Amino acid sequence: MAQITLIEAVTQALAYEMAHDDSVMVLGEDVGLNGGVFRATQGLQEKFGELRVLDTPLDETTIAGVTVGLAVQGMKPVAEAQFEGFIYPMMEQIACHAARMRNRTRGRLTVPAVFRAPWGGGIRAPEHHSEANEHLFTNIPGLRVVMPSSPARAYGLLLAAIRDPDPVMFFEPKRIYRQYKEEVPDDGEALPLDVCFVLRDGTDVTLVTWGAQVKEALEAADELASQGISAEVIDVATLTPLDFDTIAESVQKTGRCVIVHEAPKTAGFGAEIAARLAEECMYDLLAPVERVTGFDTHIPLFRLEMKYMPSVERVVDAAKRTLAAS
Amino acid sequence: MTIAAKFEIEYLQYLDAEGKQVRDDLPEFAKDLGHMVELYKLMLSTRVFDAKSIALQRTGKLGTYASCLGHEAAHVGIGSAMRPEDVYAPSYREYGAQLYRGVQPREVYMYWGGDERGNDYQKEPARHDFAWSVPIATQCLHAAGSALAFKIRGEKRVAVCTIGDGGSSKGDFYGAINIAGAQNLPLVAVIVNNQWAISVPRKIQSGAPTLAQKGIAAGLFSIQVDGNDIIAVRKAMEDALERARSGKGGSVIEAVTYRLGDHTTADDARRYRGEQEVKDGWEKEPMKRLRNWLVAKGVWDDAKEEAWKAECDEWMDNEVNAYLETKTQPVSAMFDYIFAEVPADLAKQRDYVLSLETKGH
Repeated sequence: MAQITLIEAVTQALAYEMAHDDSVMVLGEDVGLNGGVFRATQGLQEKFGELRVLDTPLDETTIAGVTVGLAVQGMKPVAEAQFEGFIYPMMEQIACHAARMRNRTRGRLTVPAVFRAPWGGGIRAPEHHSEANEHLFTNIPGLRVVMPSSPARAYGLLLAAIRDPDPVMFFEPKRIYRQYKEEVPDDGEALPLDVCFVLRDGTDVTLVTWGAQVKEALEAADELASQGISAEVIDVATLTPLDFDTIAESVQKTGRCVIVHEAPKTAGFGAEIAARLAEECMYDLLAPVERVTGFDTHIPLFRLEMKYMPSVERVVDAAKRTLAAS
Repeated sequence: MTIAAKFEIEYLQYLDAEGKQVRDDLPEFAKDLGHMVELYKLMLSTRVFDAKSIALQRTGKLGTYASCLGHEAAHVGIGSAMRPEDVYAPSYREYGAQLYRGVQPREVYMYWGGDERGNDYQKEPARHDFAWSVPIATQCLHAAGSALAFKIRGEKRVAVCTIGDGGSSKGDFYGAINIAGAQNLPLVAVIVNNQWAISVPRKIQSGAPTLAQKGIAAGLFSIQVDGNDIIAVRKAMEDALERARSGKGGSVIEAVTYRLGDHTTADDARRYRGEQEVKDGWEKEPMKRLRNWLVAKGVWDDAKEEAWKAECDEWMDNEVNAYLETKTQPVSAMFDYIFAEVPADLAKQRDYVLSLETKGH
């Protein structure tokens, strides 16, 4: 079986679902012959034709609004925003229509669509190409916000996103698009959209993260292990609706929690998890909850961008602070 | 001088403001006087419905309401030209088109009366149409996406959207007609130009001499019609629908009309426009000319008018009663339609609200 990268897993999932469901289609800028700027849709137009793999005019609002129309008519469109930083013109269509169509029509009309976007920084990209803004979507009712962190989870979660009867934001951490390969059977098996994944068991501290920062969290857990500290690592994967129970169970066991995310700190999704811990796990906590995040700044252009990103060292330091507290 | 391209915008009118026929080549549908009477009756019932809505709002039985006064020819012309299998994406005041397609007055009242079930149109073909779209022009892209779905599946259906003169300034409108041109989609976009976007007049909405010509930039067939002349609106719609259905592409129709009422019941147009202008608007309104024309043809008279108005009153009273008797949804309805199934995390919030209910909060 072939070993594939995260981006190849995205392509594999799209190809599988398009081959098995005629209503699935892809649309966006440069997704056709060019295969998308990251090659996520490579080879799909040759297989499925110019209409089911549609190069749209260069207008994100058009992509999002047309996606709503397609989905209401029973298609299952997978729209691509070329970069997360270009998703802002789509937000009106996503918030005012995709996310609320079912509710405002009492279930008469629905939007079974996926909005994909290469997400986050760390690839020395130009300005506006490195945004982490998942928290802008987690506050919109009616959306599922999903972020894979491995090739296998990209495949399984994207299949689930396409099959979901409601709109899903599928943010792909582009820094780890080609970080490593693993075997991903092309068996059409979806992963659940309502659970967090416990990637590593531990007893002393819980590291909660998602997307590209799963890499730093796992490396930090290795470093902590070498210092005799046992860290549990949770990949939230589906931010909303949140499976808080998995996080709570872990923190009830470890008594300590470090939340790691790339987006700015204030009102980032880590704030929601920290608030839930305060509401529901206060008496299990042995130390204050730590957040290791991007800063409340714009992500710098690439000479400084790695100074902005949560590093393994910052995660290790935060974990050790929680241990020092008790 | 070399001309790269040259364009013109046709203006279409059959009946002038007094109902005098200004051209002889009546379209087929207009030769069927029985059908023309039916269209007039729906225009009249739309007007009766609108007056009833405003009365409900003024007596505190309805929330903010967007009137369609003066738009009856444009709206009924659009709705009556469409086939049941077509899809309509309206903005929020096109009741004449929607009543034709099966939206019930009680549903309009429910929507403006604060109940989402007003958007759950029960009768076909409205049941597969889009619900009202408040964010301006966003519905144009839903129509374009629908048209793309029809093209992909090889269905001979057309998607129709309507916007106002103000809406034609928005990117969603340009995006919709642009992709319709680029992909040869069966889309008909109708700009119902009623001269006012709340308080902003047409002349500072756009420097374009016609709004129809915006369609030319997108490569669509484009025409301006007298939007108070239902024969002109209906004819332009029939032609546009036929072109779209037969794969010849989309159209932009500018229907020039006048907003005789306020923008909504929350607006007071006296703040920004003069009485004379509104008087002039009434001179050109759509009911009078069609009535005069039908009377001259001998198929309509005052007795018929009064009889039909009485029937409309009875119909609307019935609808108002049905609306007023509709019980408020249970509080759990707030949660039931956010996703196909209520997620566990959201169910906790629902259960909390339900627990408040049992405590009588």
